[in-house]
Amino acid sequence: MAEALRQPVEECEPTLIGVFGVVLEALPEGALWWDHERLLVVADLHLEKGSAFARRGQMLPPYDTAETLARLARLVERFEPRGVIALGDSFHDGGGAARLTPRDRLALSVLQARRDWLWIAGNHDHDRPSGLAGAHMDALAVGPLTFRHQPGPAPAPGEVAGHLHPSARVIGRGKSVRRRCFAGDGHRLVLPAFGAYAGGLDVLAAAFAGLFAAATFRAFMLGDDRVYPVGRRALAR
Amino acid sequence: MAAGRLRAVVCTSTLDLGVDWGDVDLVIHVGAPKGASRLAQRIGRANHRLDEPSEALLVPANRFEVLECRAALDANYLGAQDTPPIRPGALDALAQHLLGMACAGPFDAGVLYREVVSAYPYRDLDRATFDRVVDFVATGGYALKTYERFAKIRRGKDGLWRISHPRVAQQYRLNVGTIIEEPLLNVRVARNRGHGFFGRGGRVLGKIEEYFIEGLAPGDTFLFAGLILSFEGIHENEVIATRTHDDTPKIPLYAGGKFPLSTYLAAGVRAMLADEKKWKVLPGQVADWLRIQKVRSVLPKVDQLLVETFPRGHRFYMVAYPFEGRLAHQTLGMLLTRRLERARLRPTGFVATDYSLAVWGLADLGQAFARGKPSLAQLFDEDMLGDDLEAWMAESYLLKRMFRSCALISGLIEKRHPGAEKSGRQVTISSDLVYDVLNKHEPDHVLMQATWADAAGGLLDIARLGAMLARIRGRIIHRRLDRISPLAVPVMLEIGKEAVAGGEADDHVLREAADDLVREAMGDG
Repeated sequence: MAEALRQPVEECEPTLIGVFGVVLEALPEGALWWDHERLLVVADLHLEKGSAFARRGQMLPPYDTAETLARLARLVERFEPRGVIALGDSFHDGGGAARLTPRDRLALSVLQARRDWLWIAGNHDHDRPSGLAGAHMDALAVGPLTFRHQPGPAPAPGEVAGHLHPSARVIGRGKSVRRRCFAGDGHRLVLPAFGAYAGGLDVLAAAFAGLFAAATFRAFMLGDDRVYPVGRRALAR
Repeated sequence: MAAGRLRAVVCTSTLDLGVDWGDVDLVIHVGAPKGASRLAQRIGRANHRLDEPSEALLVPANRFEVLECRAALDANYLGAQDTPPIRPGALDALAQHLLGMACAGPFDAGVLYREVVSAYPYRDLDRATFDRVVDFVATGGYALKTYERFAKIRRGKDGLWRISHPRVAQQYRLNVGTIIEEPLLNVRVARNRGHGFFGRGGRVLGKIEEYFIEGLAPGDTFLFAGLILSFEGIHENEVIATRTHDDTPKIPLYAGGKFPLSTYLAAGVRAMLADEKKWKVLPGQVADWLRIQKVRSVLPKVDQLLVETFPRGHRFYMVAYPFEGRLAHQTLGMLLTRRLERARLRPTGFVATDYSLAVWGLADLGQAFARGKPSLAQLFDEDMLGDDLEAWMAESYLLKRMFRSCALISGLIEKRHPGAEKSGRQVTISSDLVYDVLNKHEPDHVLMQATWADAAGGLLDIARLGAMLARIRGRIIHRRLDRISPLAVPVMLEIGKEAVAGGEADDHVLREAADDLVREAMGDG
């Protein structure tokens, strides 16, 4: 009952995803909420991607970090998680943390205060982000679930990962709609990229081959205010 | 062709200008000319010699096009010219030019400014805007100054701007140019080996726009290179297709080159409709078409806007005849559907041609207009170009498409980056994501300004729409009909051929895909 009261009235029914017997809530913002553990999970923030591009001559608007952190802050405010897990590639490159503006650095530290914060190592940011709070690990097991950056090639029941930036496309009513999505089959779940400048890779692309059992595979596509589970058959390439 | 070895060339508008082949005997012009000057240019390809007349055969594809061809011929007879006015110079192209100048050698901003404004399209460019573009080239020109240390061009102690590193010039050369190609995919005909497997070989037939393929589902058929093909899927940057038979394959649409009907010709067509005496020169079936229209509905006078409403199938239609060209009509269609939605008339789509606009919905539009809920005067009020336009543009994919080309031309996003060469399918970062962030955090940035200016002038034709709304104020005539009118037939035929714009939100499509999963789970797929 208390759970129901906490949700704003206008909100739709949540989309729940089962992973190896654990019930998780997929949020339309592209994050994962584990209510039982009060954990908020996000993947591929790619903070400071804008400045990483600027360094090489493409002056992308320098507001991506502020935007990504603001989106994350809205979720942290709403759920008041006990802990936050960032599933790797939290920074676009190794020097990213050092390039944070003072303002973004402050916004991040406000998010981290009063809760556990875990940076999982990614391929873009393998080392611990310099000068920032939070623990740093390659992987973390919580109950039956294992959180890591890159989904492994072998079957891994209970694995929750990022790295692949899944997106999916459906066609209907004469138009084509592409959205970021969670990709899962009940055993393993891959989160969408959360970062404002992080692109998407189609779940039907070769990089996803062999990760999921075809019969139970679902793309959980991010709608405006809810998440839509879509079967393989309805997806277009 | 120049050597005389080809009997004929089939071409688009690419050969309108600048081709000097002496021995073209005849130009066969299919479709509508869109402009009198344009038609004169095209006909002029035949017998391209000063002392001989040019010869052409006009093949209008529908009844309105007959009127348009007639108006164009009359204009040519009178020697009237309707070349569209030159638009103000674009800021994205200026940004590319400034970087190019810096790559060529150090420049003084004041000297270069004077040179730029000496070019006609840039004659009204003010110095402050010019300086903003210089700043944009250097560091992106953002209010938040964090990229100074990465600047591409810097002003030295001598006051001259020069590139900060030779690499900048190298990147510039890789990305120079202002023609933004739509992303293309190869079409390969493969043999179906069964069970969804296709042979690796097979002929590549040519390239097709990704935008068209995006709308296809596996099994859809389309016409390409004279063959009827079944779409199987996309593999890397290739469309895999198989030969098939189908009476109604989809016809690929190409996004480029849709010129709107010139205002001059539009006025000519309106005058022809209004004046029965002018019908004598028209072919019999076209004159009959207009006579029946007069009996079944009405023919608008030169300064009037005719709006017809009628039921058909399970839907209610509204067809308006502004004659302002496809672009202005599309914009009008978007804005009208927003207003109809607000009036709870449940519009579900619209389609625009150069002459008219059809909007359809689930509620009886004719009845609503007759009761004044809303009245047509309210519906077509010029105030739609205020808040409604702004709100629509901000969320429109059109603006994102325009931003993409501005971002590529201005050098904000590079098509090619040394060492990061991607397949032609993608630029190095999604311009849509960049647009969303910039629109939210610095909506008055110089590149957003450039995007709006480009969209308002090119894609949306706002000025023309505004002039039309002012012209028809107090002159709208409404006819409630029990069935489709003769004048409505050409636009009604377009329904289904053109992608239906507006009405349906993306989330409807997602919900239906999710419902499909429920059906599958229940075992009745």
